[in-house]
Amino acid sequence: MTAAETDHKNPGEPVIQIVGLNKWFGPFHVLRDINLSVAPRERIVICGPSGSGKSTLIRCTNRLEEHQEGQIIVDGTELTRDLKNIDAIRREVGMVFQSFNLFPHLTVLENCTLAPIWVRKTSKAEAEEIAMEYLTRVKIPEQAEKYPGQLSGGQQQRVAIARSLCMRPNIMLFDEPTSALDPEMIKEVLDVMVDLAETGMTMLVVTHEMGFASQVADRVIFMDEGQIVEQNTPDEFFNNPQSDRTKLFLSQILSH
Amino acid sequence: MTDQAFHRSQSEMLGERPPPANSVGVIGWMRRNLFSSATNTLVTILSLVLLWWIVPPLFNWVFFDASYSGSVGADCVGHGACWAWLDQRIDQFLYGFYPPESYWRVNLSVILLVPALAFVLFDRLPGAKYGRWYSLAYPFIAAILLVGGFGLEGVTTDKFGGFMLNLVAGVAGIALSLPIGILLALGRRSKLPLIRWLSVGFIEFIRGVPLITLLFVAVIILQLFLPSEVSLDQLLRVMIMITLFASGYMAEVIRGGLQAIPKGQYEAAEAMGLRYWQSMRLIILPQALKISIPGIVNTFIGLFKDTTLLIIIGLFDILGQARLLQTNQDWIGKVDHETFLLAALFFFVICFSMSRYSLKLEKRLDTTRR
Ligand SMILES: Nc1ncnc2c1ncn2[C@@H]1O[C@H](COP(=O)(O)OP(=O)(O)OP(=O)(O)O)[C@@H](O)[C@H]1O
Ligand SMILES: [Mg+2]
Repeated sequence: MTAAETDHKNPGEPVIQIVGLNKWFGPFHVLRDINLSVAPRERIVICGPSGSGKSTLIRCTNRLEEHQEGQIIVDGTELTRDLKNIDAIRREVGMVFQSFNLFPHLTVLENCTLAPIWVRKTSKAEAEEIAMEYLTRVKIPEQAEKYPGQLSGGQQQRVAIARSLCMRPNIMLFDEPTSALDPEMIKEVLDVMVDLAETGMTMLVVTHEMGFASQVADRVIFMDEGQIVEQNTPDEFFNNPQSDRTKLFLSQILSH
Repeated sequence: MTDQAFHRSQSEMLGERPPPANSVGVIGWMRRNLFSSATNTLVTILSLVLLWWIVPPLFNWVFFDASYSGSVGADCVGHGACWAWLDQRIDQFLYGFYPPESYWRVNLSVILLVPALAFVLFDRLPGAKYGRWYSLAYPFIAAILLVGGFGLEGVTTDKFGGFMLNLVAGVAGIALSLPIGILLALGRRSKLPLIRWLSVGFIEFIRGVPLITLLFVAVIILQLFLPSEVSLDQLLRVMIMITLFASGYMAEVIRGGLQAIPKGQYEAAEAMGLRYWQSMRLIILPQALKISIPGIVNTFIGLFKDTTLLIIIGLFDILGQARLLQTNQDWIGKVDHETFLLAALFFFVICFSMSRYSLKLEKRLDTTRR
């Protein structure tokens, strides 16, 4: 995949624009007045303590969660109740979960071809070709005929990444993609993500892998209590944190 | 690890040895499974004694001491079973009062059922694509064959009987209760309150009322509400009730399976842009149904046995035929056990096959251990 393949409708415009976003779970105010604008090809790492709303924020971006106030515009389409818009955005946005969420009753190859065939209406042959291309990119083409249950966690997460890429998305969301992995498997997944970043994919990554953040992120966002507390380049963020909360958080995760 | 390094750490490689003789083969199996402890040995011996008490006398009664010929009960003189009635009555046990010259229509629908089932139960059959269409068309083909029309002489459903009646009601119920049960289970988990309430209401009503009550409603009370010129076939009415009854239970079995599917599966399907029905059909139901197989087959078996309740609308299924013969002047007092035994055998063969097939299916669908 070359950078040219990620074609945005409005070049130059932000590919994700979030304005005045507020969300509640019942009475609980989980996201508070979030403003965020993501440029095409920008790589953003989101970190923050548990329960700060990181997952909720990126899940709002593809409507796995519904927001109550504010605007979310993805690639020129606003997320509203309109199913057509939701479908359009989900076709453009890939998502990788902490728990992989591969479909256990389908082979690796079938996992990868399902959405292209049923959502994009690609022919089976072409979908399989695309799937093999991405399985090769995540370095497990030889596992195509196996079932997810037969793979290691790291392999499963790489399949999950390939599966998302098969829809040829413009934007990739990652929600703690390495948190459920054993240490020796974290690297193989991060390597794939670094690779992907180098192709020019727009990425929103929730992670506490600070090495990954300083290597590939254009911007690090620190969230706490449903708000964006601080954002900066990785250099500035790690070496010169502004708020006390950020300092406390960094001291906690770096001491590990 | 190189060979050299290996040899350095261990002076000699250990050769392969066969396992000890007393741990393999028949002897080994018996040691492990029948005589592994004092209690186990005692249980084994007691079981053997019990079998010795039951099995030989049973075989003697059923086969060796049985009477096979005669035209009335009095002809059965041995102290074994009386099978003399089979000659005259087996047709009624199988076909009820269906016109004998049309038995072939029943036989043909059973023969045609085999491929219709096969295309549903086994994938990877040659021509599976057209086979599925055939399976869908089968109910209509069978209905025409059995009831008549298109040049075939009409047979009213009150002539249906014997095991054929159990099969007709059972197969129709099984084929319909699964899809209806799936819809009810999905309805019960729907985000739309109206659909959810309707599903819950229906399921709870069905589960709260005995089947026999529903059947009486179908037969007697329904007729009071229908305009007199509308007469829905009685057999059809009762079959609908049995099917709905099984569907209510089916819905709960499938809901159990749906609840076992992690939320992440729904979310992954949604995030990829699959629509509700697509994700149900492609992702959720295949997994939920797989988990629910034991419960589904349980419900099928229950439904099949409930077809014996057809007797309340005056139809004589295989059990009804047994009762008829038991009270027949010629055979009274001679065939009570024999007729029930035969009816039980018919049910057992069908129910046991379903149960075996479901075990096989579970193994085949298990993707974690291939
Ligand atoms: N469906 C839900 N209903 C009610 N509360 C929820 C729901 N999902 C999340 N929450 C709450 O919202 C808050 C933010 O959750 P979120 O999952 O976004 O946090 P997070 O920053 O991703 O945390 P973590 O690092 O633990 O994943 C938490 O307090 C959580 O308990
Ligand atoms: Mg989270």
